[in-house]
Amino acid sequence: MLMGLYNYWVVIVLMMVGFYIVIAHGNLVKKIVGLSIFQTSVFIFYISMAMVDGGTAPILDEGIKQYSNPLPHVLILTAIVVGIATTALGLALIVRIKEAYGSIEEEEIQKKDNLDC
Amino acid sequence: MKDLLAVVMLLGIYSLLSASLFVAMDAVDVAFTEAAVGAGISTLLMLVAITMTGRSEYPERHKPLLALAVVIVTGSLLIYGTLDMPYFGSAEAPIHQHVAPRYINDSMQEIGVPNIVTSVLASYRAFDTFGEVVVIFTAGIGVLALLLVARRSEEDEKADLFNYSMHEQHLILRIVTKMLIPFILLFAFYVQFHGDFGPGGGFQAGVIFASAIFLYVMLFGMTTARRVINQSFIQMIAATGVLLYGSVGVVSLLSGKEFFDYSALSSDPVAGQHLGILLIELGVGLTVASIMIIIFFNFASRRGNQ
Repeated sequence: MLMGLYNYWVVIVLMMVGFYIVIAHGNLVKKIVGLSIFQTSVFIFYISMAMVDGGTAPILDEGIKQYSNPLPHVLILTAIVVGIATTALGLALIVRIKEAYGSIEEEEIQKKDNLDC
Repeated sequence: MKDLLAVVMLLGIYSLLSASLFVAMDAVDVAFTEAAVGAGISTLLMLVAITMTGRSEYPERHKPLLALAVVIVTGSLLIYGTLDMPYFGSAEAPIHQHVAPRYINDSMQEIGVPNIVTSVLASYRAFDTFGEVVVIFTAGIGVLALLLVARRSEEDEKADLFNYSMHEQHLILRIVTKMLIPFILLFAFYVQFHGDFGPGGGFQAGVIFASAIFLYVMLFGMTTARRVINQSFIQMIAATGVLLYGSVGVVSLLSGKEFFDYSALSSDPVAGQHLGILLIELGVGLTVASIMIIIFFNFASRRGNQ
């Protein structure tokens, strides 16, 4: 009976994998990778909610009765492109951090900050 | 995994797989975008970034137990939260009851565009999409502010020599790709202008166009690419796209209609919608393509200067 909810569980597992990478790893590039996985899990969440059994892609044509919900598709389509733009900004920050601190490991950055004070 | 190169490549494969998952769930437009962005551009940007930051992870700090505990608790709370969610694929779910029936039943009369995703993106929710385009534009400015460097000519020559030796080695690759680039650009235009009838639109077209330029940069080197593509021109195009998008809204305001009400653009409402969607998708395509090119150029030249 509860098996009908498996899409949410897949999403939650992916989301937690991303969350784990973000909090357990000190490497900043890995944190960005974790955030990307987290982000994709949210995309899958929206798209799986838009899906209707027996439906088809929301492009109008004759003889089709059931379409999947177009609204989440729109939201996620724009979110993907915004996501890459913000990821690029994050990577740019990491590159500058590497230039300023010589490292992208959280702990070493904190050590250098503590030395400065 | 300690090797970040492997991590980034796996992320690219994961993105491509999630794109196929989107096709399986009938979201063709989304799958298109994810395949172009996730498997193409984001993998490439991350690769460029790790060439500058080092490809191996520092092994010491890794305390999995506390993190694992937090993740398991959060995950089980979330799973508990899903128990009264509607089932996967159920047509009675609340999400399908409110605005979606109107989009599906009335968009053909109101907008006259077969692809409902395009009519929602560019007409019903045009204001929302405008916000997204401005966010992309702002992110591009942020990357420019963080990474912009002045070029030095000696290093250019050094890079030229290096590129030249590389190109001698990869002659077949270079010729095959050179033949592919025009077709990729043509495909980008097809996606841009066919977005009303099939999956596609400004976002996807912009990303595909930019990826053809990336390919050119990777094969012929930054110095050649800089000669072909003028950076200040690209920056101007990025701003023009946002301006074009916003102006369509302002024009409809000035003719006494609501912001982004395209019926102001023509005496026939459906023709007005077509014109409005065409202009807005063009603005989106221009901005997305040029911002992606700006981001990639700045990452690549930063790398060349190190």
